[in-house]
Amino acid sequence: MTQPDGEAQAGPVQVRGTVLTVRRVDAYYAMTVVAPGIAARFRPGQFVTLAVGGPVTAMLLRRSFSIHDVRADHGGTVEFVFSAEGAGTRWLAERRSRDVIDITGPLGRPFPVPRDPVSCLLVGGGYGSAPLFSLAARLRDRRCTVDFLLGAATGDRVFGALTARRTGRTATITTEDGSLGARGVVTDMMGQVIHEARTDVIYACGPMPMLRQVTSLARRYDIPVQVAVEELMACGIGVCMTCVLPVTGTDGITRMVRSCVDGPVFRGEQVRWDDVGTIPFDAVGAPGWEPRRRAAGLSAARGAPRAGKSANGD
Amino acid sequence: MVTDLRARLGQSELPNPILTASGCAGSGRELAQFFDVSKIGAVVTKSVMLAPRAGRPTPRMAETPSGMLNSIGLQGPGIDAFLQRDLPWLLSRGARAVVSIAGGTVDEFAELAARLSDAAGVTAIEVNISCPNVEHRGQVFACDAGAASAVIDAVRRRARYDIPVFAKLSPDVTDIVAIARACVAAGADGLSMINTLLGMVIDTDTMRPVLAGTTGGLSGPAIRPVAVRCVWQVREALPDVPIIGMGGVRTGTDALEFLLAGATLVSVGTTIFHDPSACVRIVRELEEELAQRGMERVTDAVGLAHEPRAAARRRLTGNVL
Repeated sequence: MTQPDGEAQAGPVQVRGTVLTVRRVDAYYAMTVVAPGIAARFRPGQFVTLAVGGPVTAMLLRRSFSIHDVRADHGGTVEFVFSAEGAGTRWLAERRSRDVIDITGPLGRPFPVPRDPVSCLLVGGGYGSAPLFSLAARLRDRRCTVDFLLGAATGDRVFGALTARRTGRTATITTEDGSLGARGVVTDMMGQVIHEARTDVIYACGPMPMLRQVTSLARRYDIPVQVAVEELMACGIGVCMTCVLPVTGTDGITRMVRSCVDGPVFRGEQVRWDDVGTIPFDAVGAPGWEPRRRAAGLSAARGAPRAGKSANGD
Repeated sequence: MVTDLRARLGQSELPNPILTASGCAGSGRELAQFFDVSKIGAVVTKSVMLAPRAGRPTPRMAETPSGMLNSIGLQGPGIDAFLQRDLPWLLSRGARAVVSIAGGTVDEFAELAARLSDAAGVTAIEVNISCPNVEHRGQVFACDAGAASAVIDAVRRRARYDIPVFAKLSPDVTDIVAIARACVAAGADGLSMINTLLGMVIDTDTMRPVLAGTTGGLSGPAIRPVAVRCVWQVREALPDVPIIGMGGVRTGTDALEFLLAGATLVSVGTTIFHDPSACVRIVRELEEELAQRGMERVTDAVGLAHEPRAAARRRLTGNVL
């Protein structure tokens, strides 16, 4: 029930993009960069990586951010949202209009979109909600209804509350301090929203503990859930093997897959949340692991489950 | 002036001396999205083992000043999948494949060499001896001359005669020249250096090591002076042995530094994470650096730093012209 593969697999490009704007959005920053090649290839759920610190930087690792939006102006622009918490993101926040920046994308597997007009609930935590708005637009193009459920610690850390209210059929906001919307966390309100919206499909993006909770609630209601995970990455293009997590494929076999190229979008129930950060004993290639059959070993070797292929419709 | 960048690796002629470093390029497929992998000297693949391997738990990585620590634990699909999928793909793209192999025992290394020798198209084998020897209380092969030479001897015996075998040396030893000599005596056709240095980072908020594996390998420009020193020392002791130099190469100038220290080929590693198209950029930059110095062939630069008078003369000639 997804897009044809060929369309989604136009490869990433590395470009020197010109910064158009850097603006504050509540507790976060949003940067817009002119990058036509990335804008043209973009699908909701994909991300970009940026080199930070200039040509002789001591910060070697690219920073990765999910794409918030792309626009057609200036030949094609890409916008992403970040929190200026570390030295690298502070450097990004200090960029000004017309600065040139090394940007690569779009990377990763996008959110699969249902073919039928179904009721979709989009759940976001903190600025994890950034990729959900372009997804919402795509879902609406498919005549799906979109309900938002956004949460954060404080009101200024709920990204896109206004847009959600403006564009969603409903928008439910939670904050841990009660400064915006209901006091609590998104999963406190999820059951109620699902009932009222008659949700058919859930999409979620945010911190890993939230995704884990969202997945477990979705299972309780027997609703398919697609999550975009946040894992520490060095390269973002699939070569460094640092962003792996245990994911069970449709064949029932668990593999350590790369969240940058096999994700970041996975079916929630395929991620082994209890085992994230470990190597499960039954994962392919774990210490003491033996292939069940030789054929199993070979298919295992062929790599990651195609999480993006069998989507929410089944 | 057109600079001749061609370099040799065993029987093979490479279009230029810039290679990827093992573990930083996968099997080339991902990087091919950013540049033509046949345009660099060779792709050195991520170390392949006999069986599929899941590697270490996460976090596996920490950024450090001008470098990074990694503790991947050799995650990979195993030799069957490599031969079935990765090697044919590399060859289909016209790339030269230097295959890095890793094992826990001497026999594993030897079997990998045999398997690779049965396959067509392997340009060279790089032996990653920075692995724990499971038969010897987990001591790293590369840190013991006897263990290192046992592996190299076994690989050289099992590898086809026309596939050069390079031993990849660890800098975490008292005397890298002694290990280099032992490997060459055991039949190594060349040496790759350096592998990562063992390092560690502690998170001062959680007050625990950052890496799940506690320690990890340090790479990136932070280690370049150590790498240049190792290449220099080994070249000084074994001037006729080909060396693949690596460690923090970020620009064409850095690559030239390794050539001058005595490397015949140069691998680019961690910089690929920073700039996925780094290898082709470095080829271009190296060509410019050589041209600026009036060098017609890249081979003219190899080991030049060991000949102070020759270099001084060259500079003088350049000024006169």
